[in-house]
Amino acid sequence: MEYLALLADQELWVAVLRIATPLVFGTLGVLLCERAGVLNLGIEGIMVAGAFTGWLTVYAGGHLWLGVLIAAATGAALGALHALLVVRLPLSQHVAGLGITLFATSLSYFAYRVSFPKVDSPPKIDAFAPLTHLLIPILNEQTAMTVLAFACVPALWWLLYKTPLGLALRAAGESPQAVEAQGIDVVRLRIGAVIAGSALMGVAGAFLTLSAFNSFFFNMVNGRGWICIALIVFASWRPGKAMLGALLFAFFDAAQLRLQQTGGSALPYQIYLMLPYVLSIVALVLVARKATYPQELMQPYIKGQR
Amino acid sequence: MRLEARAHESFWANCAAALAAVVFTLAICAVLIVWAKANVWSAYQAIFDGAFGSRFAITETLTRATPLIFTGLAAAIAFRARLFNIGAEGQLYAGAIAAVAISMWLTNEAGELLVSKWLVFPAMLIASALAGALLLLVPAWLKLKYRVDEVVTTLLLNFIALLFVSLLLDGAMKDATAMGWPQSPALHADLEFSKLIARARLHSGLLLAIALAVALALVIQFTRFGLYVRAVGANARAARFAGIQSTRTLLLVAALSGACAGLAGVSEVAGRTGYVTLDMSPGYGYSGIVIAMLAGLHPIGVVVAAIFVGAAIVGADAMSRAVNVPTYIADVIVAVTLLSILVAAFFAKMRVVWR
Amino acid sequence: MPILALSNISKRFGALTANDDISLALNEGEVLALLGENGAGKSTLMNILFGNYVADAGTVTLFGDPLPPGKPQIALQRGLGMVHQHFTLADNLSVLDNVLLGAERLTALRSARAAALAKLNVLAQQFGLAVSPDALVRTLSVGERQRVEILKTLYRGAKILILDEPTSVLTPLEVTQLFDTLKKLVAQGLSIIFISHKLDEVLAISHRVAVLRGGRLVHVGHTRDATKTSLATLMVGSEVARPIRNPSAQPSLAPRIKLSQICAAGTEEHASRVPLREISLTVSSGEIVAIAGVSGNGQALLADVLFGMVTPSSGTLAVHTQKPIARIHEDRQHVGVVGDLSVWENAVLPSLRASRFTKWGWLKRAAARAHASALVAQFDVRLRSVAQPIRTLSGGNVQKLVLGRALDGAPDVIIAAQPTWGLDVGAVSFVHAQLLSARARGAAVVLISEDLEEVFALADRIAVMVDGRLSAAFPVDQWSMQSIGLAMAGESAAHAA
Repeated sequence: MEYLALLADQELWVAVLRIATPLVFGTLGVLLCERAGVLNLGIEGIMVAGAFTGWLTVYAGGHLWLGVLIAAATGAALGALHALLVVRLPLSQHVAGLGITLFATSLSYFAYRVSFPKVDSPPKIDAFAPLTHLLIPILNEQTAMTVLAFACVPALWWLLYKTPLGLALRAAGESPQAVEAQGIDVVRLRIGAVIAGSALMGVAGAFLTLSAFNSFFFNMVNGRGWICIALIVFASWRPGKAMLGALLFAFFDAAQLRLQQTGGSALPYQIYLMLPYVLSIVALVLVARKATYPQELMQPYIKGQR
Repeated sequence: MRLEARAHESFWANCAAALAAVVFTLAICAVLIVWAKANVWSAYQAIFDGAFGSRFAITETLTRATPLIFTGLAAAIAFRARLFNIGAEGQLYAGAIAAVAISMWLTNEAGELLVSKWLVFPAMLIASALAGALLLLVPAWLKLKYRVDEVVTTLLLNFIALLFVSLLLDGAMKDATAMGWPQSPALHADLEFSKLIARARLHSGLLLAIALAVALALVIQFTRFGLYVRAVGANARAARFAGIQSTRTLLLVAALSGACAGLAGVSEVAGRTGYVTLDMSPGYGYSGIVIAMLAGLHPIGVVVAAIFVGAAIVGADAMSRAVNVPTYIADVIVAVTLLSILVAAFFAKMRVVWR
Repeated sequence: MPILALSNISKRFGALTANDDISLALNEGEVLALLGENGAGKSTLMNILFGNYVADAGTVTLFGDPLPPGKPQIALQRGLGMVHQHFTLADNLSVLDNVLLGAERLTALRSARAAALAKLNVLAQQFGLAVSPDALVRTLSVGERQRVEILKTLYRGAKILILDEPTSVLTPLEVTQLFDTLKKLVAQGLSIIFISHKLDEVLAISHRVAVLRGGRLVHVGHTRDATKTSLATLMVGSEVARPIRNPSAQPSLAPRIKLSQICAAGTEEHASRVPLREISLTVSSGEIVAIAGVSGNGQALLADVLFGMVTPSSGTLAVHTQKPIARIHEDRQHVGVVGDLSVWENAVLPSLRASRFTKWGWLKRAAARAHASALVAQFDVRLRSVAQPIRTLSGGNVQKLVLGRALDGAPDVIIAAQPTWGLDVGAVSFVHAQLLSARARGAAVVLISEDLEEVFALADRIAVMVDGRLSAAFPVDQWSMQSIGLAMAGESAAHAA
């Protein structure tokens, strides 16, 4: 019965949307990269960097949206570095991605410590306010960034399935030879996709500091990037399903938080925390065989080679 | 612009590439040091002194390097077979928990070992290795049976493993004397690794790590299994065609790799901390991947790379106390080295044809 | 006034001169055949024309204007279309998607799919190229895929069509259909460059023929003035001695391979996914039985079944030999060898189970290297050292090593798939001689080949494979080119005896 009460709890659904937002941004970012054929394990670090630069911009007096923009630019820059390494040069996408994550994370932490050497409690900013004037329950407790995230889903769908660029992008991950044979530069296309996808990852990070919390602290991304990497397989590389996956994951996370708060459960809280990860693996097992991976995912494209 | 493989791989080109990567890294980090308003020369000097400047510093560096050798080997052997084990962090904790579990299980109320420590000690090592191996065999099996990408599953298993450890430290393996702090009971004193040098933390786990590295190097280069691993890693289809049972080879590699990471856990518990906490590894599992790549996936290279990374961490610690540059510079050094070595090694193998 | 002129084109790759001062013109409404052996420089020339490569010297003039080098987009815009030998289609996209790819401005906010669909249907009607626009390419047959490739070029308004070895993947029936289409295209004013090394096809379809040999243009003339013999001599340069089969060697009655009613399903490694349907075949000691047919009709799966890598779902399979089965894989670079391993490691890789090269799991490196050196000497593999990675060897040398490795230890059963694909003439006759000598000493050889000349030169008996079914294996003298062509097109095994 306690579970039913939980489902009826409006606060739960507010939390679901909040928790899902960075996952939606991040998963869409991963989707862009992987549809073009590039695995981007830099996401975890790019989110940290986006969280930091976005927050720093606002802390230094910038507008909140300027902070989002700077976070996107940070993500784009790191994406450009990743693309340079794995698209321009055919280096291992696994290793370069992990390298980017380590680089972006450590550089952000370093920069934070240099800028704020002796603070005990993290400095705060005025974060995005809830859209209370919307007067729609649940939604009026979200911020504009959440709305932006969910607006990105149909936008990306349109881009992928309704525009010539989207077609070229999908083809770049399926058969770069086919793209090149039509006189389109696969390398530029992939670089563009990785940069755009990484910008979304940067925004995903910025949501944490500019909307979910109002400060930057260590370990705040806490594996959310890796979750996005798992969600995209679950979503079969489709924007709509990616959103669904993010919501599902967020639901389990929110439910465990509520149960933990109310103390209405006999099970240790770690079990609930584990659930989303375990379910992700189960979901992967269920869909992996049927999943139609982008055929050339992780295959470097070298012009003139097949 | 076009890239062509060099016909001959030149030893000097490789050396020059490594040197270029190091110079590039030092230059990048010099910028960061200047930003932190410190003197570059004295900062680098402080790092070096902190890592190698005294007998104590050297033992600290080697103590740091010890778990990194284990996790580096775990990544190196797995990546050789193109099994992308990103889960060494979780496997390390599995090994650590297994060690303490064996110690608890074979200790009586009075705190005495039930059987001779000459039996319990190897049992502890084996249990840790097995625990790590099991944690990687699951994703390896899922990969072979259901084609589930092991990168994702091993990553997720890290979180699951850590939560599981947290669960144990709250329950079955809670140390009642720790005043609510989540930590396990202490390992039995007889099971601890011996110290190598008086008044230093350096322990015999280092010797175990080096022995393991040498053994793996020999296995990869000189045995049939090693050749199978290299063949499966380079081209799994061709390997199968040549009659190699790639499934068996990959499962064995998974067991070996997970065991290496599990041994990192027992080495930390029995050599350094004495009990399991949730922060006993500051990402040693992830660093292992970086180390394996720095080493070009060669086991002996892993030892060298692990000492380099250990020195960066220990040295940066000392430097931050001396000249007030945040310790995160150590991770920046490692990350930039990794990326620049990747690029440099590539250009040592390929040449650019401008056309 | 030619609509396309190549003037004094030269291109070198390292020490190799791929194109040496070639000048060639194409007139409106003609089919120009470009004839030459593998490695004669045909593909290089076309890649230069199309802008994929930049020539070291020379110019291209298209419709009277110079074509800037190295710009495939411009070549496409100016009405040049190319159908590559290996199709450049994205398998998981629909036919319409593949046709639309690159046809619209990338900055457009919306694809005009409805208009595109209408235009595609008109083109398909006009040239008799029926395909279903919504079908995913991976569900199409090879012939249909080729139609999509041609439609792609027509959709983008190509006036000149370059077809690179278009018949190499087609059955004789599909070849006939293709030729019909080409005639319609020419009748409507398109011009075609038809690249091939098959003399009959060149004589059948082209108006003029140009012959390349060793990177040089050795002949241009009207097709009606040429004969098969004259073209063959021009293409090869001199008569090539083919190995002679020893007619005295008679197949014994000892069957080595006996398949009966074998059915098996392909795995994801078999690109064509054609299952085997009730295959029966017997191969005896001392004979070569050829499996003729276009690739992708189940040959790879049959080889895997014979080799024991795939378990049949029904039927019985018996291979009588105490020795390992020798197999030469058709994809020697990617499956036959492990490119990153050294030559000696590749030489012993399949035989590590036996104690010859291992002891207690440790490699006997000296013995293995000595063995590799002996193979290299015996099979005339050209290399610097047996320690060099095998990927640094040329295709012919890799194949010689693969052959040597397979034939080592005098195997009783040999499965050779496309053993001479892409090899130069000298290497081809070397491989043929080796297979014949294996036959002479009593081996049972299954030769899987698309090359009918090879099949007729080597086989004692020939069976034809179509869509996962295998015809009966009749003696070679009961087959003619015509009857085998019919069988390859799927006409039932009512062969003209």
